[in-house]
Amino acid sequence: MIDLTTLIPMLMAASTPILFAALGELIVERAGVLNLGVEGMMIVGALAGFATAVATGNPYLGFVAAAVAGAAVSMVFALLTQVLLANQVASGLALTMFGLGLAALFGKAYEGIKAPAMGPGPLGLNWIVWLGLASVPAIWWFLNRTRPGLILRGVGENHDAAHGLGHPVRRVRTGAIAFGGAMAGIGGAFISIAIVLQWTEGMTAGAGWIALAIVVFSNWTAPGVLAGAWLFGGVTVLQLRLQAAGVAVPVQLLSMAPYLATILVLVLISARQKFSRRAGLGAPGSLGQNFHALR
Amino acid sequence: MGFPRYQNNDLTKGTNLAETAVFRAERIGKSYPGVRANDDVSFAVAPGEIHALLGENGAGKSTLVKMIYGLVRPDDGQMFLMGQPHHPADPRAARAAGVAMVFQHFSLFDALTVAENIALGMENPPPRRTLSDRITQVSHEFGLPLNPARRIATLSAGERQRVEIIRCLLQNPRLLIMDEPTSVLTPQEAELLFATLRKLAGQGTAILYISHKLEEIRAHCDRATILRGGKVMGSADPRAHSARELAAMMVGGQMREIDRSGRVAGDVLLQMENVSAPAPSAEGTALKGISLAVRSGEILGIGGVAGNGQEELLSVLSGEVLTRPGSVTLEGRDLSQAGPEARRLAGLLAAPEDRLGHAAVPDFSLTDNTLLTAGGRKVLVRNGMIDHRAARAFAEEVIKGYDVRTPGPGTAARALSGGNLQKFVIGREVMQAPRVLAVNQPTWGVDAGAAAAVRQSLLDLARAGAGVIVISQDLDELMELSDRFCALNEGRLSDPRPTEGLTLDEIGLMLGGAHGMAEAQI
Amino acid sequence: MMMLIPRTETSTGWQIATPIMAVLATMITGGLLFAIMGYDPVAAIRTIFWDPLFGPAASYSRPQLLVKAGPLILIASGLAIGFRAGIWNIGAEGQYIIGGICGAAVALAAYPGEHWWLFPAMIAAGAFGGWAWAMIPAMLRNRFGASEILVSLMLVYVAQKVAAWMAFGPLKNPEGFGFPGSRNLQQYPSASNPELIAGTGAHWGVFAAALAVLATWVLMSRHIRGFHIRAAGLAPRAARFAGVRPETLVAFCLGLSGALAGLAGIFEAAGPAGQITDSFGSGYGFTAIIVAFLGRLNPVGILLAGLLLALTYIGGELAQLTMQLPAATVQVFQGMLLFFLLGFDLLTRFRITRGVPA
Repeated sequence: MIDLTTLIPMLMAASTPILFAALGELIVERAGVLNLGVEGMMIVGALAGFATAVATGNPYLGFVAAAVAGAAVSMVFALLTQVLLANQVASGLALTMFGLGLAALFGKAYEGIKAPAMGPGPLGLNWIVWLGLASVPAIWWFLNRTRPGLILRGVGENHDAAHGLGHPVRRVRTGAIAFGGAMAGIGGAFISIAIVLQWTEGMTAGAGWIALAIVVFSNWTAPGVLAGAWLFGGVTVLQLRLQAAGVAVPVQLLSMAPYLATILVLVLISARQKFSRRAGLGAPGSLGQNFHALR
Repeated sequence: MGFPRYQNNDLTKGTNLAETAVFRAERIGKSYPGVRANDDVSFAVAPGEIHALLGENGAGKSTLVKMIYGLVRPDDGQMFLMGQPHHPADPRAARAAGVAMVFQHFSLFDALTVAENIALGMENPPPRRTLSDRITQVSHEFGLPLNPARRIATLSAGERQRVEIIRCLLQNPRLLIMDEPTSVLTPQEAELLFATLRKLAGQGTAILYISHKLEEIRAHCDRATILRGGKVMGSADPRAHSARELAAMMVGGQMREIDRSGRVAGDVLLQMENVSAPAPSAEGTALKGISLAVRSGEILGIGGVAGNGQEELLSVLSGEVLTRPGSVTLEGRDLSQAGPEARRLAGLLAAPEDRLGHAAVPDFSLTDNTLLTAGGRKVLVRNGMIDHRAARAFAEEVIKGYDVRTPGPGTAARALSGGNLQKFVIGREVMQAPRVLAVNQPTWGVDAGAAAAVRQSLLDLARAGAGVIVISQDLDELMELSDRFCALNEGRLSDPRPTEGLTLDEIGLMLGGAHGMAEAQI
Repeated sequence: MMMLIPRTETSTGWQIATPIMAVLATMITGGLLFAIMGYDPVAAIRTIFWDPLFGPAASYSRPQLLVKAGPLILIASGLAIGFRAGIWNIGAEGQYIIGGICGAAVALAAYPGEHWWLFPAMIAAGAFGGWAWAMIPAMLRNRFGASEILVSLMLVYVAQKVAAWMAFGPLKNPEGFGFPGSRNLQQYPSASNPELIAGTGAHWGVFAAALAVLATWVLMSRHIRGFHIRAAGLAPRAARFAGVRPETLVAFCLGLSGALAGLAGIFEAAGPAGQITDSFGSGYGFTAIIVAFLGRLNPVGILLAGLLLALTYIGGELAQLTMQLPAATVQVFQGMLLFFLLGFDLLTRFRITRGVPA
């Protein structure tokens, strides 16, 4: 009943948007910033990418535009939290609401249009899927083996100490936020250009929030993000398969599965982090706190 | 004024030290809104010299060294390093010029390894492996062994300071700044630190040593520049003057005499029996089998280096952490399962170390801050409804009784100076007439006047028949206040000994001696 | 160079001024946006902010103000209490939906009997449903340390699926000609939540909202529990030292905000909406977050902010009708409003001075 040659591409496709968004958020959180606006940046990316792909006929240009658009809206969040020292939770929520509204406003014109086709890449997976997979070791290497990565972790772990040693806390964080926005944008565009193949309002359907949960699940590591994205992709594919197979459970209940799975995973991993006391595990030390150099 | 005046404070002019000095400051000034933090500050540090910067909290020491390290820029005046103008735009520039600094509150990253921490403090760190080898090599050279792969979170306070020092040493600094380095060390560890500094000075490095501890400066420093109210009061050879003379310059007024008289030890009020508690976090300390008893009219002093379970012990006393039934009793009544409010009603009160954020809510007014602990005992809350008028009246009473300098009870706690807020916090507890009061670091970061007032109020409380527990890092304070002394080390409490006749060496051994510093185990 | 100096006392003047500044800035930026999109900016702003109250069709739209503001204020009053304590319930939309479903289920179970106790029972069931839905993130946070932000938000999506399932399945109107959706409660006298004072739009939910404003004001400014909530949000360790148990506070804040959201849900299901459909959740739970912030987490502020956002809802619909402005305009407006508010908030906490040039 389960055919691996179709299942694996499905799983990869289902996990790629979350993978991009979560990898971006991973960098943001390792720099000590909690950006709850992932959903908003994804949907803006989904629309910008789709519109560009339709206008140019080139889906890859669409992804470039999505990255730029995602990074651009993330700068509103950066301005609020890094310059105006606004609360990060509230600013992230505002970004999500604003992004959803903005995309809905400008997306009306694109309803009912079909996206230009993307050719398959190696092994029947498109190039963006491969880009996502390649980003995992690249980000791991950046964080653990490069000096900018070390500085980024330092800023996220203890911003006062990093400032005391002369590292530019705000600049590092702004850069991380922009990167997170670009990655979320690409993830969103993957939904509109490569999965659904058209634009519909609110099409990210909580993917950004799931990406946030997966960063927690990953324990703030790149390989963990990959595992989380695959787990999520697996649940989604399974749920779609069950729907297609006509299981005697209402469709609405089956489609809850990804959200319930996310909650379950979040609970399991939070419990592990809460009850194990291994030093150095878990969230970056300055996560969610604003930095203001006094004197 | 009956203090000696020092004539030789114009070191920067004329003498050849001006040319040979590693570092020289000329007429440095720095203002913040409402405060002149540094005013016309001039001094010079010679090569191979351990130069003390002596002053009270708020005298302007921190501002001064932050300017040398590039964290703050002076408004006026000039600095010279090795004869060259020194105007670092940021700490990187200062480091490149040859300045290194060990911070009072460590600038370390808990989740990162020793090697990563050191790399973050260097301009162009060598590749990982080379750096690790150099850390091992330099740390052994100076007798400060360190494992580069260890995470900071797993290190003791002494070991953490080693990381900071090694980070500085790897850059071959011309000027090494040390901000209150011994506040986290046992006397023996401090001795080892001074041996290291002496060795460094022997190699020609100039050391600027910031402290308010007179005895250690007299024992180890070659020269002392004394700051008060942002101004240089003088520059002197600390060995040529008594601690009293230095203190007079530092404080600038007659020291207040403490009245210890009239206390009579009575019955046991508070008893803790074999109390254990797990560490509250990865960085916390577990309490292991702590037993103690406090009598009426007695002050029990608990010494120890910070991070050895002081906060945890206080939270077990305050009721923030509950322990095994029967393990905490007040006048025979079991309070081990009672929360903070129930303990206060029973007469067991506490004042934690961290004034802003633990003992008080920084953004609350003083009136609201009285409600934090006095709601029940002073009947400021009835049937859950707050009596704002009564709270305000009690806040005014504390402000008056403890000479808290503030515009009024409506002022936010964070707007008060450390000393004034501490007087308020201690006053708030003492004026509730506790049976037993436990305080942690009651005079930490507090100016001398406020410290004396706080200590006197604790003595007065004991004289009136209450039991007092003072947890402090300041051994002089404990010698002055306590009747019996015990040491808290790695979550264990030593047996108490009468304070009378205890020597510093004995205390040092009680505090765990030079553990960690002398042992070469990594 | 500009420097930020923290204020020693938060400025009351700025606390009142900044929300007004944010509204004005939103109008200006929104006007620019309309101009770019090819609409007359002045006419658009007037249609959204003025016409619903004083325009030609005001007699129809004015009652809508209370209809829309009621649920917003009811939900925001509860959310604000949690936000004050640093407990982020952002899943009020889900609690609203579940509250509506639970209350409606009670009514539909009793159908077609007429009982005096039915409406009160529905209210209780609605509040309970919202409370129970909010207690899921509360329990998961207290027991396992799971983020209440993510769990409560995930539960919004789950609640939406539950609503769809109910509309197509268990609660579907057997006499509905196969259309999804429950029976219409407006046509069931014992269960309906009618307009109580003709021409005002005021139904029971509006009175409940007014009561909620009053009650939360007493709680936050006169009761020790409110004091503890404020302390916990500003300095969690100090609150613990005062004797507050964080777990209790999490359960209280989430439970209370969930119950109020559930109440809003059942008032809506039995009143203006009339039935449970797959699109029963209409975004009140999210807009209420903006209401809470715009009202500075203060009950009186929330009252005013709720009315203002209700105005944008009605004005947005009006602009959709008369100017063909897209429906999403209001959403963009609300997002921008929150941005400006958070940005201007700086002024209440810091003084901006010209720093000394280095």
